[in-house]
Amino acid sequence: MIRDQETLNTLLDTISRFVRERLVPREQEVAENDRIPQDIVDEMKDLGLFGLSIPEEYGGLGLTMEEEVLVALELGQTSPAFRSIMGTNNGIGSQGIIMDGTEEQKAHYLPRMATGELIGSFALTEPDVGSDAGSVKTTAIRDGDEYVINGTKRYITNAPYAGVFTLMARTDPSQKGASGVSAFLVDADTPGITLGKPDKKMGQAGSHTCDVIFEDARVPASALIGGQEGQGFKTAMKVLDRGRLHISAVCTGVAERLIDEALRFATERKQFGKHLAEHQLIQAMLADSKAEAFAGRSMVLEAARKKDAGERVSTEASCCKLFCAEMVGRVADRAVQIHGGAGYISEYPVERFYRDVRLFRLYEGTSQIQQIVIARNMAKELME
Amino acid sequence: MKILVPVKRVVDYNVKVRVKADGSGVETANVKMSMNPFDEIAVEEAVRLKEKGVAEEVVVVSMGVSQCQETIRTALAMGGDRGILVETDDELEPLAVAKMLKGLAEKESPDMVILGKQAIDDDANQTGQMFAALMGWGQGTFASEVDIQDGSIQVTREIDGGAETVKLKLPAVVTTDLRLNEPRYAKLPNIMKAKKKQLDTLSPADLGVDTTPRLKTVKVAEPPKRQGGIKVADVAELVDKLKNEAKVI
Ligand SMILES: Cc1cc2nc3c(=O)[nH]c(=O)nc-3n(C[C@H](O)[C@H](O)[C@H](O)COP(=O)(O)OP(=O)(O)OC[C@H]3O[C@@H](n4cnc5c(N)ncnc54)[C@H](O)[C@@H]3O)c2cc1C
Ligand SMILES: Cc1cc2nc3c(=O)[nH]c(=O)nc-3n(C[C@H](O)[C@H](O)[C@H](O)COP(=O)(O)OP(=O)(O)OC[C@H]3O[C@@H](n4cnc5c(N)ncnc54)[C@H](O)[C@@H]3O)c2cc1C
Repeated sequence: MIRDQETLNTLLDTISRFVRERLVPREQEVAENDRIPQDIVDEMKDLGLFGLSIPEEYGGLGLTMEEEVLVALELGQTSPAFRSIMGTNNGIGSQGIIMDGTEEQKAHYLPRMATGELIGSFALTEPDVGSDAGSVKTTAIRDGDEYVINGTKRYITNAPYAGVFTLMARTDPSQKGASGVSAFLVDADTPGITLGKPDKKMGQAGSHTCDVIFEDARVPASALIGGQEGQGFKTAMKVLDRGRLHISAVCTGVAERLIDEALRFATERKQFGKHLAEHQLIQAMLADSKAEAFAGRSMVLEAARKKDAGERVSTEASCCKLFCAEMVGRVADRAVQIHGGAGYISEYPVERFYRDVRLFRLYEGTSQIQQIVIARNMAKELME
Repeated sequence: MKILVPVKRVVDYNVKVRVKADGSGVETANVKMSMNPFDEIAVEEAVRLKEKGVAEEVVVVSMGVSQCQETIRTALAMGGDRGILVETDDELEPLAVAKMLKGLAEKESPDMVILGKQAIDDDANQTGQMFAALMGWGQGTFASEVDIQDGSIQVTREIDGGAETVKLKLPAVVTTDLRLNEPRYAKLPNIMKAKKKQLDTLSPADLGVDTTPRLKTVKVAEPPKRQGGIKVADVAELVDKLKNEAKVI
């Protein structure tokens, strides 16, 4: 845990330099090859980027939420695909264990996740189950000292590389709702697990998702997170709560990068005898983008500090995710617009970012789901 | 073997430096600062020597305002063992730094002092040489390769038109050039651990050094703005202009 400004400055400086010197120059290569080069992955592991949010006693950095958000703002300055490869270990792939795992589960998995030796994925979504996450159909039925798992998970980030899945499955089929769902730690080499072909996506080339299919896959009873049935949905929601702030910070970081790209272009290119940046209609786009990115940065940091202070931030986290994901979409659209025809051509990073950021409004809770959470919490608070 | 590595806190190399309105110096308020890149190379070399088992201890020292601690911590995160800050708000000239290094060398008895050939702020390129003279030690400046042998050190130096190799008796001074190595990024867990490493603070007086400036800055000014270029028709015209207008050949 960092608690002093000096260490935090050094940490952020190091990451920002790594992003600028090592990652930004390789963005185009990653986009073309649809692959993060192995030397970059190794360097990320070596640097310790896979263990940002894993507690120090398990070999991670144990960053506070505010610190993690500051790091995510830096990571947002480059292609989101780079962040994605380490994103699950720092977020949805490890938080279930950290929050609700038993001591044995933590000791078994976390140290290898912190180094990046083991990749963790989070498997909640199914072909018929997306936003309505409580209605998971995959089953895990107790059989002696084991559970037998059947079902299909869809769009699972990093599944092609995963060593372990945090899996949401129904242990009590008589319970149709969220209370019948439990969370498991399932090793990827468990017999009965097969992976689908990597999905062809709109953006974020280099980051991969696929189906994970379970056919009579048997796991020991000790694979149940926290050793308790029926807690899975609660675990999943807690995991996503933290992830929302992280994703919001990434969105804001990307927005800042896009503004930088657009501003540079606008101060270099001339039309009608003036730099684009001197035309008022362009200035409006730059100014709106700047103000919105600043709002994003401010709200994410504020919510993160509140979380660190031990306050409940479910509403704030959803506000951040809703605003920042939509905001970066608007900023990306303006950045393309400011580039004119060049914004539609792949040679310019804004074309790629425009596609990359579309995902943020969809995963870890769509914008509509964030609206539902916010409004529901508002009503609940009024009743309390 | 014990290595002493002096590091300087300077305006970050990515910052566009601006001259203060009154011409007294460059703007450093609210400007990002970091370790002089040549000193980073020095830290890297020292840490590599430690990793190879050639050196036992790497002591990092910086001189200046209290924020220089941050620069020392960065070096400790890269692998330095402990740090010393000589804290002063005075503006330090190369000779004062060299004298304080002498005080530290007498306290610490290092076998080698390795530092940047120059700092990117004032580009003086003097500290290493002055320090070597004060100590009466050998110096291998502008090093592109360092090879420790029994009781001596072989340094390949970058000189005009090629390389020169010198052999120095230890203790000795080495100043680093760009090609010596590529400094590592400090590992994030090591940045956390650096906080717990020993860092002592001294004052110039503790080392018996008077840091009163001996030089006076008359004026600092922006370089003249580049004039627009011209197109020439052929080589003959180019040569003519270089000879008679620019007077450079
Ligand atoms: C690249 C990528 C990576 C992903 N990674 C992972 C992962 O690692 N792990 C994982 O488990 N999942 C992952 N997902 C899945 C992602 O979380 C889901 O796609 C997302 O939750 C939306 O679910 P869905 O696709 O089933 O859409 P649906 O839930 O079918 O939604 C369709 C539309 O209906 C709207 N909608 C749904 N319910 C309501 C309602 N009550 N009121 C109003 N509107 C509503 C939605 O907002 C959306 O606009 C990933 C998806 C993608 C594309
Ligand atoms: C896929 C594709 C196909 C194309 N096909 C053809 C074709 O077949 N034939 C052809 O001739 N061209 C073609 N073009 C070029 C296209 O018409 C131009 O890209 C377009 O007119 C914009 O010009 P520009 O790219 O130079 O942008 P710019 O004119 O540099 O504009 C950059 C930004 O500045 C804004 N701007 C410019 N002037 C002002 C102002 N005075 N005030 C406020 N804002 C201003 C613009 O709206 C834009 O947002 C094509 C482009 C693409 C991407």
